[in-house]
Amino acid sequence: MKKNSKQLLEGIRDGLPIALGYFAVSFSLGIQARDAGMNVVQAAAMSFSNFTSAGEFAALTIISSGGSFISLALSQLIINLRYILMSFALSQRIAPETSTIHRMAMSFGITDEIFGVSVGRKPPLSPFYTYGALLLTLPGWAGGTAAGVAAGSILPDNIVNALNIALYSMFIAVFIPASRDDRHVGIAVIISMAASWLFSLLPVIKDISQGTRVIILTVCISLLFAIIFPVDENKNTEEASS
Amino acid sequence: MKIWLYIAVMAIVTYLVRMLPMTFLRKEIKNKTMRSFLYYVPYVTLTVMTFPAIVYSTGSIYSALAGFATALALSFKKMSMILVAVISCVVVFITELMIL
Repeated sequence: MKKNSKQLLEGIRDGLPIALGYFAVSFSLGIQARDAGMNVVQAAAMSFSNFTSAGEFAALTIISSGGSFISLALSQLIINLRYILMSFALSQRIAPETSTIHRMAMSFGITDEIFGVSVGRKPPLSPFYTYGALLLTLPGWAGGTAAGVAAGSILPDNIVNALNIALYSMFIAVFIPASRDDRHVGIAVIISMAASWLFSLLPVIKDISQGTRVIILTVCISLLFAIIFPVDENKNTEEASS
Repeated sequence: MKIWLYIAVMAIVTYLVRMLPMTFLRKEIKNKTMRSFLYYVPYVTLTVMTFPAIVYSTGSIYSALAGFATALALSFKKMSMILVAVISCVVVFITELMIL
């Protein structure tokens, strides 16, 4: 019990900076939701039930043009495919005896950022850590969307700009320390940066959506490293916990 | 009314994508290549999502690069995630005050 409450508090603590960043991002999402014809309640409900930036941005484009439900569903499936990889990866980091209810509930909290802080933790990942993280980030995300619709512009640009980098900085705080601990991760990170940069510049490839690019690069580079530098069973757990 | 249906459709698809692997994949994966693949996935995904997107995340490339360099340096020193985020935000804010 004490352990669960500690996990919950740590989730809340790590969720706070994410929630602040989410508020800024979902604020601009709210402005687009208003353009797509949503009111404050609808926009907040969309963000509360979907909890994903790229997916919601894409959905708003389809909704505002009166697209079909099929194309909407397909867009969500493709853009959010990366969550399958994350869900898959996290399924290996939670305790095997974790109940179905906990699995179903905590999987709702798979976002790029919560995934980022979750993999930075010593396994096994507790469902209560995820619940703690959700406690501030989900209201922050839904609230920011609602505020965006209602006010159009509350925060000055320079503050929004500064908050926008927070999420990326948190990603960096996960993969850079891991690169120091494991040379192979470090090489993978450098190659990932180079490949991702190339993908954003090359003709044709740069027109592939950001979500798809992330899927392609993740699968290719991770597979390449799994074959060239397979992880030793014991080494794996040691490094994940260091 | 149609907007509520749109919201329901997108919410269901997005939730299933998140929920299915975690709920129904219970056995430990024994295959070494598969385990290694999943070990690398988080770090590669986070890196690919961060770069080069971070460079365009703020009001100017220069403030973003300043924030990016700050985050890299502080993370290399293994500073806590929260401090890395807060300090890089402050660096972006101050850089934009200076150049704009």
